[in-house]
Amino acid sequence: MEVLNTQQGSSFSEGLKRLLPGRKFLIATPYLWLLLFFLVPFAIVLKISFSEMIMAIPPYSSLVELVDETLSISINLGNYLFLAEDDMYIKAYFSSIQIAFNATLLCLLLGYPMAYAMARAPQHMQTTLLLLILLPSWTSFLIRIYAWMGILKNNGLINNLLMALGIIDDPIIMMNTNFAVYVGIVYAYLPFMVLPLYANLVKHDHSLLEASADLGARPWKTFLSVTLPLSKSGVIAGSMLVFIPAVGEFVIPELLGGPDTLMIGKVLWQEFFNNRDWPVASALAMVMLLLLIIPMALFHHYQSKELESSHDH
Amino acid sequence: MTIKTKNKISFSNTILILGLVFLYLPMLILVIYSFNESRLVTVWAGFSTKWYGELFEDQQLLEAIGMSLKIAFWSSCMAVVLGTMAAFVMTRYNRFRGKTAFSSMITAPLVMPDVITGLSLLLLFVAMANSIGWPEERGMLTIWIAHVTFCAAYATVVISSRLREVDRSIEEAAMDLGATPFKTFIQITLPGIAPALAAGWLLSFTLSLDDLVIASFVSGPGATTLPMVVFSSVRLGITPKINALATLIILAVSLAAFITWWFMRRQEARRLQMMQLGDDFFDESEDESTKTGDFERRRIKSAYSSYKKVERTESAAV
Repeated sequence: MEVLNTQQGSSFSEGLKRLLPGRKFLIATPYLWLLLFFLVPFAIVLKISFSEMIMAIPPYSSLVELVDETLSISINLGNYLFLAEDDMYIKAYFSSIQIAFNATLLCLLLGYPMAYAMARAPQHMQTTLLLLILLPSWTSFLIRIYAWMGILKNNGLINNLLMALGIIDDPIIMMNTNFAVYVGIVYAYLPFMVLPLYANLVKHDHSLLEASADLGARPWKTFLSVTLPLSKSGVIAGSMLVFIPAVGEFVIPELLGGPDTLMIGKVLWQEFFNNRDWPVASALAMVMLLLLIIPMALFHHYQSKELESSHDH
Repeated sequence: MTIKTKNKISFSNTILILGLVFLYLPMLILVIYSFNESRLVTVWAGFSTKWYGELFEDQQLLEAIGMSLKIAFWSSCMAVVLGTMAAFVMTRYNRFRGKTAFSSMITAPLVMPDVITGLSLLLLFVAMANSIGWPEERGMLTIWIAHVTFCAAYATVVISSRLREVDRSIEEAAMDLGATPFKTFIQITLPGIAPALAAGWLLSFTLSLDDLVIASFVSGPGATTLPMVVFSSVRLGITPKINALATLIILAVSLAAFITWWFMRRQEARRLQMMQLGDDFFDESEDESTKTGDFERRRIKSAYSSYKKVERTESAAV
């Protein structure tokens, strides 16, 4: 298959060489767009994270200055030292990663059996099930989080129901807690876990399972030693698709979390919009990016692997 | 063994049903309470549609909806154009300088936290305004650029997974017969990936409509999008007007989903019919083509049968 592809590809690209400017144009347009609006901005964030906050527009000092024929470059490490000294920031990073990790695990525990059942469902039902999983993610994210506010608050639906049934006398405090944040993340990100898992599981060869069963393996053992290892790249792609955005999540901790919920996305937002401290916000973003680089590389690797395997199929 | 398998399947089926209930119950509750007479969202006080009336009187909200729709429309158009180019480059060009960087830049926006994307784009716009004087002020244009950038990544994934599946031997046959790459793309490749283009456009449209964080960073005083209005009102607590708005959004999305589902069904039926016709045609002409040694025809036939194979696996996947 590999050999065949490269052969096809080379004769194809030979054909394309006839229209060389077209090829260059085709590569250059998206490339330049991404360079300018995706890569260059990070360089600017890096630059501003080394500047000082000043009362001006824009509210940061420039790194390079030419005063009286002296070129001075001032790199201010103060923002990073500030982050390291105040343990509020370290705690925020730590608890963001912890919350995102636990929520990803919950999504996986709930999403895996769902994707498994979908892949095993009769052919004609799979399209419908897929649309049912996708549909919530097409409606507004904000509104789906808002829906939980009405359900979880002290005089909300769950508490009213439990009190009406006489199970509890005083409302259980769920709103503005980490529990509500977990519910929100699992609810909002579940489709992103189910989709890659389903795409992976639906490709599995049924005869492998039969072979395993014929050789005397129990269903549970077959699952652990055949299905689960085969779905590894789907599990990792899905988990990263949930974990990485969840670390930087702002809306969910803001609407469902409480004052104790420390998440770095919310801290960054506050530094930027409330304190108007752009340099510290930039430093926060740079550290977050650094923490997420390995998960992103993992995602990239397994995402490409998934796409290629769907091609081989 | 069969009994045990059945047990296991019913476990995962149960979770699937529970998961779907978990996904849909909160939305159902929103819809029900949008018809509640009372301002207290959780106490039922009788049926009423007055919140819908108030919704349509809210000028600020209506303007924000118009703004959001406009941005979403133009963002998704540009995202599909860029996404098609990027997907073509990713799947058809094997080697060029910087391909790894290119593919990383395509997948990174899929997972990049919104706060980082928003902050970095804002700082870019501010730096550009300081050095080259453009963009003069932030607003619709800057939101459009930001949305195109992250929507293009999603569009690329959708379109490239389809481009990988389309059989290249038909494209090659067309070029062997003298079609230029451009003509081949327009006449052979484009019709084959049209459903993916539509899917990429729709996905981009919903993503753009939905974005709060990035738009909040890069927007200026003149441009307020729908999520910004919803967010500032939701922050203060629950209002039945938002429930009414949510109901309308859910209704619109369900309608679009239903139409998609219906088209997919119809297309599937038509494809099966075409396959049947194609089979008949090639079955009859088989003898003749082998007799005369019609190479071109055999070539098209083999291309056709592999195309059919792809179609089959695709319909299984979709």
